[in-house]
Amino acid sequence: MDWLAIFNLALGELISPLTAAYILCAIGLAVHFGFTGLMNFGQAAFAAVGAYGMAIGILTFGMPTAVAILFGMACAVIFALVLGIPTLRLRADYLAIVTIAAAEIFRYLMLTSGFAGVTGGSAGLSAFNEEFRALNPFPDGEYGFGPFVFREEELWMRIVGWLTVVLAALFVMFVMRSPWGRVLRGIREDEDAVRSLGKNVFAYKLQALIIGGVIAALGGMIFVLNLSNVQPASWGTNFTFMIWTVLLLGGAATILGPIVGGMLFFLLLTLTQSIIGGLVDVGVINFLSPPQVGQVRFLIIGLALMALVIFRPQGIFGNKKEMQFNG
Amino acid sequence: MNPLTLSKRGILGLNRPVAIWLGALAVVFGMLFSAVPASAADETPAPADGSSLVIKGKVKNEGVGVAGIELKVTGPSFEEIATTDADGLWSLNVPTKAEYKVEIQLDSLPEGVGLRDPETTVRTADLTMVETASVLFPLGVDTRVETPILDQIAIRAFAGLNLGLLLAIAAIGISLIFGTTGLSNFAHGEMVTFGALTTWLFYAVLDLPLIISAVITIAISAAFGWLQDAALWKPLRGRRLGLNQMMIVSIGFGIFLRYVLLIVFDGETKVISGDFQAVEFGPIITTANSIGSMAISVVTLAAVALFLTRTRIGKATRAVSDNASLAASTGIDVEKIIRIVWVVAGALTGLAGMLYGLQFQANWLTGFQILLLLFAATTLGGLGTSLGATVGALIIGFVVELSSLVLPADLKYAASLIILILVLLVRPQGVLGKKQRIG
Repeated sequence: MDWLAIFNLALGELISPLTAAYILCAIGLAVHFGFTGLMNFGQAAFAAVGAYGMAIGILTFGMPTAVAILFGMACAVIFALVLGIPTLRLRADYLAIVTIAAAEIFRYLMLTSGFAGVTGGSAGLSAFNEEFRALNPFPDGEYGFGPFVFREEELWMRIVGWLTVVLAALFVMFVMRSPWGRVLRGIREDEDAVRSLGKNVFAYKLQALIIGGVIAALGGMIFVLNLSNVQPASWGTNFTFMIWTVLLLGGAATILGPIVGGMLFFLLLTLTQSIIGGLVDVGVINFLSPPQVGQVRFLIIGLALMALVIFRPQGIFGNKKEMQFNG
Repeated sequence: MNPLTLSKRGILGLNRPVAIWLGALAVVFGMLFSAVPASAADETPAPADGSSLVIKGKVKNEGVGVAGIELKVTGPSFEEIATTDADGLWSLNVPTKAEYKVEIQLDSLPEGVGLRDPETTVRTADLTMVETASVLFPLGVDTRVETPILDQIAIRAFAGLNLGLLLAIAAIGISLIFGTTGLSNFAHGEMVTFGALTTWLFYAVLDLPLIISAVITIAISAAFGWLQDAALWKPLRGRRLGLNQMMIVSIGFGIFLRYVLLIVFDGETKVISGDFQAVEFGPIITTANSIGSMAISVVTLAAVALFLTRTRIGKATRAVSDNASLAASTGIDVEKIIRIVWVVAGALTGLAGMLYGLQFQANWLTGFQILLLLFAATTLGGLGTSLGATVGALIIGFVVELSSLVLPADLKYAASLIILILVLLVRPQGVLGKKQRIG
């Protein structure tokens, strides 16, 4: 087995744009679940709304990329309102089922051939990131050192992705330190107590849903800008569950949690998968075929999610007192 | 107008005999006979993989068949091109019960001939309920025979009843577990898959008789339910894990089980039963499998209702659902009841998986695909009430099937989920739920 290649691959995952995209979605989910206590299992839909909003803005309405990004964020706000107004009064487990249902509805709407003229149907949309590529200020060439060597467009993608992560994390940090953020934590701990203080709990929950949703929408945009296409199949429930694993790994009610959780999650995932793949190649593991190695990935995610919630629900950085999982 | 052309559309053509339809009648008779497995009159050769599923049709211009037209048939991991013969007839065997798209290849049309309905180059053949579907692409003057709207409603309602009864058995499992333990079990879909694939293993692979396969499936599924509670959920209750934490554990467990099933059984759709005897009453054409499945579902639902209302254990189950501490203080062994509930839920869900698999085939994702429908059913009826789960499942079944009268077929699951959200808006506790159950 080529250990150097395996470690280089895993280290590359640390700062890959996809990791940044998942981390953004996890930061959004931290606002929903970690700080406000909303059991949102439709996070994939917020990312998808952002991604489709941007792609459709560019392709159908001919917007410049910057405007299309704002349009995608606006779509996420609208989706949060549509999702939140009927459902935020529901108890946590109802909310979980309804948000997962809403995410699937959105995916079916993107998938149906009826709207294929705009959404591309099951094939999805592509060729929307030419302007984004053209904005790249770096001249052609290779940049970096060791395992982190990138071509100019890879570097550009990474800088944009991780800059967004840093800005989103700083934004959430300041917002959560404000009086507004304290009300959110109060809602998580005891909704009725906050209500008795005269706060409009519903409005606060809706605002949290919007803010977290817009951050996830940005994650969705990074995701599709990197892949250069947006397909309905990407936004299934597995996407949401991966974000939950990332968030719970780092710590739900923390700022650094989603970031470190995401980096660690993809580092470990790539590492275990490469090692299993290597063991299959050299014949040590003979009950798996090479295509099954990719399936083992999700098996690990499932086990990790179970183990985290059972043994360390507060995650790496979390404070156990802050992680009550009310309900 | 539903683009789907089932064979009964042709039968209705018999009521309006017009000379121009004589060609169509020949096709109709062919289809009628091919729907009966014993028929030797069926000109279609038996396919190599044992599938008796056929999509066929006739391409005609002014009532005369057109030769050499190419039609591309695509379905789940299937794509093939059929060509019409000298009479304009074509037929194609397909591997699995699913919805197929039939696209007429416009460049194969003769010069100067166009489609009667130029916008529709793709039509759908829904082979999930029947074994033969006919797809017609009329050229020139419109000679299509349309199914009256009432017949379409009857056909869809029948399919909805069938699906609803299936969902009800599995949904009662979710509902019982939620009622007694408070757990929204997201790993329930995998229990459906488990039942279907176990049936496949014993019935289709080991070739045991159906009744023995069924008994084995239900027994193994019940044991699977017992094992889940004994190995996972009881220890977690002992750790006093919160309900929301338990729900996320069940999500992780569901992902884990799903990929174990994928690795063990691979990703192919398993043909569990390729033997479909057509049964026909009125406009509805169905199979003996479906009728049998519906009968078993009704009997099972009645048995569950009797169990819950008439037996001591059933009454104790309802007492635990209502108030576990109070039930414990009256001498009911709550842990024992929960264990029984898991065994019963496992058996019921395995049975649902088996019935689903016998009608629609199954793969590793089958249960996960209907999991949201099951949750929609239990939530719609009112979480934790078994009667509610049955009512909710029937509503979901009807909505899924009837929605395809007005919506594209690929939105039928979305329609049922939209109904769920709308009902929760108006009546958050569900149709039959108690008000205190919502937050």
